[in-house]
Amino acid sequence: MPLSLFLVQMLNGLQFGLILFLIAAGLTLVFGVMDFINLAHGVQYMVGAYLAAMFTALTGNFLFGLLLALPTALAFGLFLEVLIFRKLYERDHLDQVLATFGVIITLNEAVKILWGAAPLSVPVPEILSGSIPLIGGLRYPIYRIAIIVAGLAVGLLLYILVNRTKVGMLVRAGASNAPMVAALGVNIRLLFTFVFGFGAMLAGFAGAMVTPILSVEPGMGDNVLILAFVVIVIGGIGSVRGAFLAALLIGVVDTLGRFMAPMLLSAILDPSTASQTGRAIAPMLIYVLMAVTLCIRPAGLFPAKR
Amino acid sequence: MTDAARPVEQSVPAAAPASLRRIMVPIVVFAGLAIAPWIAQFGTESFILSLLTRVMVLGLAALSLDLLIGYAGLVSFGQAAFIGIGAYAVGILASHGINGIALQTAAALAASAIFAAITGAISLRTRGVYFIMITLAFGQMLFFLATSLAAYGGDDGMTLPSRSLFLGYDLLDSDRALYYVAFVTLGLVYLACRMLVASRFGRVLRGARQNPVRMQAIGFSPYRYQLVLYIIAGMIAALAGVLLANTSEFVSPATMSWQRSGDLIFMVVLGGMGSLHGAILGAIVFLLAEEVLAGFTEHWHIIFGPLLILCVLYIRGGITPLIERTRP
Amino acid sequence: MNETRSAPMTARMTGPLLVLDHLAKNYGALKVTDDVSLTVGATELHAIIGPNGAGKTTLIHQISGLAQPDSGRILFAGEDITPLTMAERAAEGLARSFQITSILPDFSVLENVALAVQGRSGSSFRFVRNASREEALNAPARVILNQFDLLPRADVPAGLLSYGEKRQLELAIALATRPRLLLLDEPLAGTSHEESARIIATLKGLKGTLGILLIEHDMDAVFQLADRISVLVYGRIIATGSADEVRNNPEVRSAYLGEEAA
Repeated sequence: MPLSLFLVQMLNGLQFGLILFLIAAGLTLVFGVMDFINLAHGVQYMVGAYLAAMFTALTGNFLFGLLLALPTALAFGLFLEVLIFRKLYERDHLDQVLATFGVIITLNEAVKILWGAAPLSVPVPEILSGSIPLIGGLRYPIYRIAIIVAGLAVGLLLYILVNRTKVGMLVRAGASNAPMVAALGVNIRLLFTFVFGFGAMLAGFAGAMVTPILSVEPGMGDNVLILAFVVIVIGGIGSVRGAFLAALLIGVVDTLGRFMAPMLLSAILDPSTASQTGRAIAPMLIYVLMAVTLCIRPAGLFPAKR
Repeated sequence: MTDAARPVEQSVPAAAPASLRRIMVPIVVFAGLAIAPWIAQFGTESFILSLLTRVMVLGLAALSLDLLIGYAGLVSFGQAAFIGIGAYAVGILASHGINGIALQTAAALAASAIFAAITGAISLRTRGVYFIMITLAFGQMLFFLATSLAAYGGDDGMTLPSRSLFLGYDLLDSDRALYYVAFVTLGLVYLACRMLVASRFGRVLRGARQNPVRMQAIGFSPYRYQLVLYIIAGMIAALAGVLLANTSEFVSPATMSWQRSGDLIFMVVLGGMGSLHGAILGAIVFLLAEEVLAGFTEHWHIIFGPLLILCVLYIRGGITPLIERTRP
Repeated sequence: MNETRSAPMTARMTGPLLVLDHLAKNYGALKVTDDVSLTVGATELHAIIGPNGAGKTTLIHQISGLAQPDSGRILFAGEDITPLTMAERAAEGLARSFQITSILPDFSVLENVALAVQGRSGSSFRFVRNASREEALNAPARVILNQFDLLPRADVPAGLLSYGEKRQLELAIALATRPRLLLLDEPLAGTSHEESARIIATLKGLKGTLGILLIEHDMDAVFQLADRISVLVYGRIIATGSADEVRNNPEVRSAYLGEEAA
């Protein structure tokens, strides 16, 4: 395989992994700090995408669209928290799963009513259009590089926020022992709301960022949500560092797997069988990865609790 | 039975009617299902029959999930995958000209048992939320596998050449016959599950749900029992899949979407966990509500979703206990 | 392990029933179990006393298999059971009670005990017969309930029992597995005077029929019941001997009894 092609796939994997990280970071914190399993987190990603698409169309500028979408996604997340999720923190996981499942059903239908079932598309912003040359004559889109840069920047920001600030200290303490933090007199409710809103905004940001490269459609958050689950299971619930590494791992394995499995199999099988088997095996790779991780470390790579 | 003592009032006089109500619910449910085809002939018979067959088939799948959730405390979010295995066993074999229901069912049961044994062995090493997410992930794994099976329809799925044959006869081509096959299957599996949960095996699982450490201290390792239960539940759901493929004469990855797994959990919780017939009742209410709402508007999800949320928030314990009034 | 056994001679076994061989466990820098070696004879009642935080419960957890030692071995009836799981150890005849009552609250009192009987009577991979109607399980369970004065409460959900009754049930469950060794983690904790008198009477009745390792804070009970007493302080055994020997041991007096007096 030519090296440059491999490099392109690696970059795609990195970009995909960083998007996953933006979603998984909020999910793992909400989960770790509040012990709340929020299936509707993927919906935040979808809402972010729709908002960005809408505001971009209104203002005619992707950057303005993005800037308007972020606070709106945050407000929407907080609205859901106050209206529904708050009532679920004390409930068992089964109730949480079901109620947030209901939120998904409702919102998937709501966007269908508001924007139609057909996918929307958002043009790549002018300044970030075009591509840069890689080795071997291949080129790589600037916009995808922008996603990588933005993802890494948010990762760094999160790292500083979680490890260097007082709020971050509380969040980390909350993830390893929530009752203790509450006992110390911290307003845990406010901390929960803060973490929740922040997570919702990150997912919304991820959704907004992908609008120029993916189609915006109802249900787009569902598959991403499950991948984010795989990420936090592998990374260890409550660990942002774990989520970061696992997200990159999943992004790269999934992207390279889809690309390389048919190619590798063609060495032993005839081309059509190889491509068919390869396409069947590739999507299963990340689940196999998850199973293997759990066999070795049942609490993930970086368990936050104890 | 003293009628003076007030505190006793709650427990003692209610005891007899409660146990009566408890057997009344399944009797009424099954009696209703038994005579439904007779009533259906006065309406749009084929529509009603196919709807109720679907109700029973998904009730069967919900029943299998109630074994896991209601009796072992294992919230599996991947139960639809087993329905998919059953449906694809029918579809794949039929597309190769193997139409016998016996062989198709045997293949479905074997495949689901193997898949359950492997994924269960891994999933059951984890607890709580991890278990929920891992069963969900394994379900998705199978879903994506199905979408990549280009030879068997890929994303779009495939239409069955015909319904399954019974000893070489096309008995199941009659909607009524298929209805009663589903009815009898559901009834037999229900009775078998009743026995199972009351048996030594079931008692170990019910004990482990309450206090796993205590169970280990008296010599039981819950893992083995949970794994066997997981396999049994998977096989029952696969049986539902075999029937579902015959009902719709169509097999597609949507059969095992994660939303379907969520629907099944909702049926179990709606009907009332840990009663078995509650799961069937839940399936009836769920699918009929879906049908009624879909009659009003194509965007029926916008009503159904909030209803689901309200049910979780305000009807705790589900419908069956409301009828039986066994719990306060 | 060259301790002399004060337990009565037993015909069926040559060595002690339970041997802890240089057991050690740390939680971080804290040595919760520090090179503990002790034995329990086949019909001996061996009590462990020690101040709070001495590591008594952690020791019981390691013997029963709920926690793993960092080093050292646990021998039961001559066999090394250190690698066995809790369930496997229970199946070998090692039963325990819990300091915090651990029963099955939704099951009836009878079912709690019948389930323990089921644990040691053949396979539980039986799927058809109604277990709660199996006389083969219920009859022995009733015998044990009778022994603990719980028979009139047989059909009550265990969660509704009084605290003292729950402590009794806890013991009944452990005994129903027909153990060779009983590990008791503060069976008197939190009980009223009459309740503890009843439990002490029960333990006296059991004494001599099987090995018992008893952790207890109630000194009167310990001095009444124990054949031998070991004193555990900061994870270490500082003395082992008869009640009088322990009472008069200067190290014990300063480290433990002295501390209580102060």
